Amino acid sequence: MNTTFIVARKEFQDGLRNRWVLAIALILAALAVGIAWFGAAASGGMGFTSLATTVVSLSTLAVFLIPLIALLLAYDAVVGEQESGTLLLLLTYPLSRTSLLLGKFLGHGLILGAATALGFGIAGVVIAFAADGVVLGDLIASLGLLILSSVLLGWVFIAFAYLISVWVTEKARAAGLALGVWFLFVLVFDLGLLALLVSVQSGGDWLPWLLLLNPTDGFRLINMVGFESAQAYTGVTAIAQNTAFHAGWLLLILVGWIVAPLGLAILRFRHHSA
Amino acid sequence: MNPVIECHGLTKRHGELTRLDSLDLTVQEGEVLALLGHNGAGKTTSMKLILGLISPSAGTLEVLGGAPDGAHAEILRRHLGYLPENVSFYEQLSGREVLDYFARLKRIDRRQVDVLLEKVGLGHAAKRRVKTYSKGMRQRLGLAQALLGEPRLLLLDEPTTGLDPAATRDFYETVRELRERGCTVLLSSHVLPGVEPYIDRALILGAGRRLALGSLEELRREASLPLTIRAKGRWPGIDWSAGWDDTRIAPRYLNGSALELGVHPSAKMSALRRLTGTPGVEDIDVLPPTLEHLYAHFSAPVAAASSTSDQRGTP
Repeated sequence: MNTTFIVARKEFQDGLRNRWVLAIALILAALAVGIAWFGAAASGGMGFTSLATTVVSLSTLAVFLIPLIALLLAYDAVVGEQESGTLLLLLTYPLSRTSLLLGKFLGHGLILGAATALGFGIAGVVIAFAADGVVLGDLIASLGLLILSSVLLGWVFIAFAYLISVWVTEKARAAGLALGVWFLFVLVFDLGLLALLVSVQSGGDWLPWLLLLNPTDGFRLINMVGFESAQAYTGVTAIAQNTAFHAGWLLLILVGWIVAPLGLAILRFRHHSA
Repeated sequence: MNPVIECHGLTKRHGELTRLDSLDLTVQEGEVLALLGHNGAGKTTSMKLILGLISPSAGTLEVLGGAPDGAHAEILRRHLGYLPENVSFYEQLSGREVLDYFARLKRIDRRQVDVLLEKVGLGHAAKRRVKTYSKGMRQRLGLAQALLGEPRLLLLDEPTTGLDPAATRDFYETVRELRERGCTVLLSSHVLPGVEPYIDRALILGAGRRLALGSLEELRREASLPLTIRAKGRWPGIDWSAGWDDTRIAPRYLNGSALELGVHPSAKMSALRRLTGTPGVEDIDVLPPTLEHLYAHFSAPVAAASSTSDQRGTP
């Protein structure tokens, strides 16, 4: 068996043992079912409203939770092993640093992927059985897209977490930086963009493109495309409604957001002193 | 026979600091070498260089016939066992799972895992999580890890920390078995009395330099430290503090029934002759200088120099 897969297998085993998979899946499922059910609470109603509203609400939830979970899961991937002394040991094994980091990525990616699919999948099953007037094909398509883009978003932040983890020498600092990254991409960026939007008087055709600088906005756009009626709920990404961002391209951009930080992390790790 | 480790002028600098200063060393197959020295003497740096974790700043180093930090590393690492000084294994996994992971990475038969767990006395705890292990059990798990794949070269950094006396003895018995199989062992230790009977040679390092290298016998000859002779008996009226017509014999401690002498090796026989010729002496012990004495002797100049240079500061 290839060393990358050996490392991935162990990380996944660790994730099951720590109950990470179970915890993430349960949190996502509970919140998702809750959102589906109380989606109409804002308008004074109860019960399932529409697929569009539900999916957009779910994606808003995912934007906050998934990056946080990914960062928590992976911030100590390297620095944690360094502190416990196992990194030094692993480096004396017949295993390259690249395959160590890639193996960890695969393992953590699988944990997050399985948990997300399970969590949102449970919500999907509940909606399919309990809600009236939902076309099953539409439900599967939009939930499938939501799960796929959530997993990609999670992987983006796992890659960020690794970049942090190979850069610092203390676990506490890595945790702090991880929170900083979450804050920056999930909250601060959109506020800044909003401020810019208000201050730009005319023109501003280039503004929507700024959304591509933030993977969480890319994720929001993916789940907004195809729901004309939902665009009122999507916050700052609404500025992109006249721009033709195709879901396929957006997914590709998310993949780019995975590859770039992960590549940087590997480069840095290869020149890491033991 | 090719040496397992061979280095000439091996130097490692780290910024302004010289961690290891032109070390010459040849270690033959099946040899047990102890690395001794204060903290910061260069023990761990030497081990890291041999493991290929860091590259030398100058000099040459060959381990099992190749440079450990180059392309040779891939082959070398399958024949290497290493126990780092402070290692805490994956707490959530059981002892067997931890060992299984390392066995997979080393690409060796995983049936060895249970055999090794049994060997280090962790057979009963194999299924328990590492988090529940005591310090000594963790150390034994680390040792089992180092022994995976029947390594040709074993590097053990402070292997007996946290082990109780019985486990320490078991550990050194394992080292002896390995040596008989032709495995070369490098170990560093602070607990000097324990290692003495099990090592072939000792390398004493101080401030990155080689202070002494040799078997215990060679080190004793080089140091020519006084032997200790102890005698017991009843000797009314004899004054042991005088009457030694030799400056190489120094009485250290005496009372009515016990005597201790510090004797230069070359004066050993004349001291013994007087003791055996005296009626009333019932028992004589001759104690050669221990590794601890030798270590103190060889590392004293460096310790003194570093403390005075600290006080002087920069001129």
